[in-house]
Amino acid sequence: MRVGLMITCINDALFPDTGRSVVRLLRRLGVDVEFPPGQTCCGQPMVNTGYFDEAVPMVRNFVDAFADYDYVVTPSGSCTGSARHQHELVARRSGDPGLVRAVEEVAPRVVELSEFLVDVLGVVDVGAYFPHQVTYHPTCHSLRMLGVGDRPTRLLEAVQGLRLVELPGAEQCCGFGGTFAVKNADTSVAMGFDKARHVLDSGAEVLVAGDNSCLLHIGGLLSRQRSGIRVMHLADVLASTEKDAGQTGATGPAKTEEKLP
Amino acid sequence: MTATFVGMPAFPEAARRALENAQQRHNLAHATGTIREKRASVVAEVDEWEGLRLAGAAIKDHTLRHLDDQLLALESALQERGATVHWARDADEACRIVADIAHAHDLDEVVKVKSMATQEIGLNEALAAEGIAAWETDLAELIVQLGDDLPSHILVPAIHRNRSEIREIFRTSMGEVGRPAPDALSDDPADLAAAARLHLREKFLRAKMAVSGANFAVAETGTLVVVESEGNGRMCLTLPEVLVSVVGIEKVVPTWQDLEVFMQLLPRSSTGERMNPYTSTWAGVVPDDGPQEVHVVLLDNGRTRALADEVGRQALRCIRCSACLNVCPVYERTGGHAYGSVYPGPIGAILNPLLRGVGVDEQTDSLPYASSLCGACFEACPVRIDIPSVLVELRGQVVDAHRGGLPKPEAVAMRGAAWVLSSGTRTARSERAAAFAGRLLDKMPGGRRQGERRVLGTIPVPGPGTAWSQTRDVPVPAKESFRAWWSRTDGGDEA
Repeated sequence: MRVGLMITCINDALFPDTGRSVVRLLRRLGVDVEFPPGQTCCGQPMVNTGYFDEAVPMVRNFVDAFADYDYVVTPSGSCTGSARHQHELVARRSGDPGLVRAVEEVAPRVVELSEFLVDVLGVVDVGAYFPHQVTYHPTCHSLRMLGVGDRPTRLLEAVQGLRLVELPGAEQCCGFGGTFAVKNADTSVAMGFDKARHVLDSGAEVLVAGDNSCLLHIGGLLSRQRSGIRVMHLADVLASTEKDAGQTGATGPAKTEEKLP
Repeated sequence: MTATFVGMPAFPEAARRALENAQQRHNLAHATGTIREKRASVVAEVDEWEGLRLAGAAIKDHTLRHLDDQLLALESALQERGATVHWARDADEACRIVADIAHAHDLDEVVKVKSMATQEIGLNEALAAEGIAAWETDLAELIVQLGDDLPSHILVPAIHRNRSEIREIFRTSMGEVGRPAPDALSDDPADLAAAARLHLREKFLRAKMAVSGANFAVAETGTLVVVESEGNGRMCLTLPEVLVSVVGIEKVVPTWQDLEVFMQLLPRSSTGERMNPYTSTWAGVVPDDGPQEVHVVLLDNGRTRALADEVGRQALRCIRCSACLNVCPVYERTGGHAYGSVYPGPIGAILNPLLRGVGVDEQTDSLPYASSLCGACFEACPVRIDIPSVLVELRGQVVDAHRGGLPKPEAVAMRGAAWVLSSGTRTARSERAAAFAGRLLDKMPGGRRQGERRVLGTIPVPGPGTAWSQTRDVPVPAKESFRAWWSRTDGGDEA
């Protein structure tokens, strides 16, 4: 089984540790994951803002990079949704039947991390250790576009030491929405504040989700409020073990306090 | 009445103003939360809900594919039963037809059944310009009309008001247009309803003409259907001599058997009830029983334009239940006025551009972007309108409408980003530059950190950076991208 890692552009430039967590986690589970260096971005920012023509070369680049893999694993529900549900639209728009065929080949093999772990590898207990009180935000695209259901929370519940607490209003959108976050910043932030309030109400010290894009938004609000709550990608939690706890800060306190000059 | 949606700013600006209204935010969160829970519990009771949704969507799609035949069948069935059928291309034609009927009977007032089609065409304002008063009789529409306000919800147009605000509106305005509210009016819902009942009764008994819309029009028998909660519609449909119904051409369903599907879908989706209290059906004229002159105005007003849109035409399945509004996190916070139309919320964000066309005005073009694409609307829609997909399609149409000419900064940024991001080499190069900036920023004295990471406060450069960072911290770029790490460590074998 050849498995390619689709890191996503946000993780590549802003959250490389999440990518390293995926690599560490999958290797621990016996999967030799590869990173095709030709990959870039799935094109979702362009598609969801209406720039379909601009997304065509990006989708072409995507199918070229991942043509040879049985599975393309990605730590993002949103980018999985983009590949599985939107690439076809972009390919049809291009008028290139070759691209349409390539997308038909590659798109169904793109899987989100929790889908890959539970459905493909058939594991729920990944041997992680994370002794913290955690709440989970189901990101909209993983919840409604992919339908990952309870896979992420089953994975979290199996983590040793982890206490999963309920997030009020969990299924309501955090307000990120890609370029929505800047094109309609006021509404986006109004939604985000309510999400942040629910995270605080949950009593958790760590907010976990399957998309670093949504966490960039919620985490940015929580950080600005000096809330003392840490946000972490699901992969970072699942990669944590007693042995390498130091690398993900798993045993330390939540580190959102301000470091004064 | 002077309130109007004309001249409303684009959604981001209108939303910004609406978000500042603390009372409205509170009212909306409470009201949408209550309806959401009611809907969820009655939908969960129906085992074959998904089957009903599929059936509803299939019936509507089939009808829309054969719309010409269905409309002609409806017309001849209506005529056979003594109704007069009018065809209206647009709002002006429809308003003209209604006004002419009122003039023919020398009337200066009509009573109205709650109707989205007549709101859409601005009938009340058009009739007022002709010296004809149109009295809204639905309780919520009455509140909006008396308050010189605008509707903010399809089903509950006064959802942005609470009961103490309604008491004030009744006390100040009822007396100006008819029977005043009692002096000792409280803000108890039963008291408010009683005041409205007395005020309206006078108008029902006096009215010679009523104007309605229709939730459905059954082609096989020429039957119009109005579904309501209060019974005020029933009063309008039965008491006056003349009845005029303005019906969007997408309201036609072929048979009564088809109607049965929607009578299950609609009440549960809209009010969260198993069955609505009043369902009125009528076909043409029945001698000596009810209105003796019945008119039906079949309204296009952009519907054929929407029908021509391959992706967007599914919006014509809409049965105006407003489930999508009640589950929408954007609507819950901004309310309906920010959408600048009688059709607010997710359905309004697609229906308005589809009916009016994109690339014409900034307000309409802003609507497809008034969504985080969370998908809650699609999940709730009883006729399975894939609103997120239509929103994305319409965004593409908005962008395409502005291609050619001087590109906007956003278009320049998107083209630049797409050029970089369509090549691994170019992406790696730009990431090296970002990582260099990340290392520099990390070394600068002062500032704040989240964990190990330096975070930036407000970025004082106008544009998306400020829009993001005014309220949200953003981490500086990582010192080394994942790609660079992988290449440096040859696949990260040491990890």
